[in-house]
Amino acid sequence: MKFIHIFLIIATILNFNFLKADEIKTENKIAKNLRCLICQGQSVYDSDSEFAISLKLVIKNKIQEGLSEEQIYSFLKMKYGEWILYDPVFNRNTYFLWVLPILIFLAGGAIIIKRFYNKK
Amino acid sequence: MKSKFISLILILIFLITFVIFFKGLKNSNIYTPDTNLKKEVPSFELKSFENDSIVISEKIFKDNDYYFMNIWASWCIPCKEEHEFLMKLKKDDSIELIGFNYKDNYKNASSFLKDLGNPYDIIVSDKDGTASIEWGAYGVPESFLVYQNKIIKRFIGPINNEDLLEIQKIIR
Repeated sequence: MKFIHIFLIIATILNFNFLKADEIKTENKIAKNLRCLICQGQSVYDSDSEFAISLKLVIKNKIQEGLSEEQIYSFLKMKYGEWILYDPVFNRNTYFLWVLPILIFLAGGAIIIKRFYNKK
Repeated sequence: MKSKFISLILILIFLITFVIFFKGLKNSNIYTPDTNLKKEVPSFELKSFENDSIVISEKIFKDNDYYFMNIWASWCIPCKEEHEFLMKLKKDDSIELIGFNYKDNYKNASSFLKDLGNPYDIIVSDKDGTASIEWGAYGVPESFLVYQNKIIKRFIGPINNEDLLEIQKIIR
C-alpha cells in the first residue's frame, strides 16, 4: 500500500514537468528529418551552418503560414531534391530498399516454422 | 537435394548483395545537385540594398532578357575570387546582374563593393537567408542564369573563367 502511495506521488510530480516528449515542436521534428546538404552526416536540426539556420527559419515561417508537415517536405523536395529527406520515398529506385527487409524477415520466419514442424 | 537448394539460394543472396554494394562503391557520396534545371523563378519581396524600399521579383525579371542572379556576401572569401569575373560579365550589355546580398550588414557590404567595384544593376538584401532557400540555394557564392522567367543554369560556388565563357556563349 505504501509503495502505491509513493508511486502516485512520484507520478504526479513528474507530470508537472512540461518537457514531455510529445510536446517537442513539429518544427524540430521536421528539421530532424532533413539532411543538411552542406554539412555531411548532420541533420538540419543538429547543424549550425548558415544554410541550416536559414532553413530552420523557413520551416518556422511555413508552419506559421499554416502549411502541414507533408506540404513542407514536398516544398523542400521540390527545391532541393529527394536527397534532403532522410526518409527515402517509395518509388522505382527505392522499392528494393523498402521491400528487401520484409522479404528477408518472411524468409527467416518460413525457415523457423519449417524447422519447428519438422522437429514435431 | 534440399541442402543443395538452400546453399544455392544462399550463394544467390550473397551474389546479389555483393553486386549491390560493389556498384554502390563507385557512387559519389558527395551531393551534387542538378545544375541544368528549368525551374520557374521563385517570387520574392525583399528590401533593396541601398534603401528600405521593397523590391518585387516580378518587376526585376522581364521576359526576353538574360539575368544573372548572384548570391554574395562581404564575409565570403570565395566571393572575392569570383568578383573579377562578375566585373567582366558586367561589360556585356545583354545581361543584367542581380545581387543577392546574403546575411550581411550594409557597412561591410558597401565597403566590399567600393573596394572591388560594383558589378550589379540591382542589389537586394536577403537578411535572414530565407529568400535564398526559396531559390534552392546552398550558400554563398551561388549564381543562377535566368531567361524567360526560368532558371536555365545554376553555378554552385564561385564562377571561374570557364563559367564566364559559357555564360557569354549562352547569351550571345
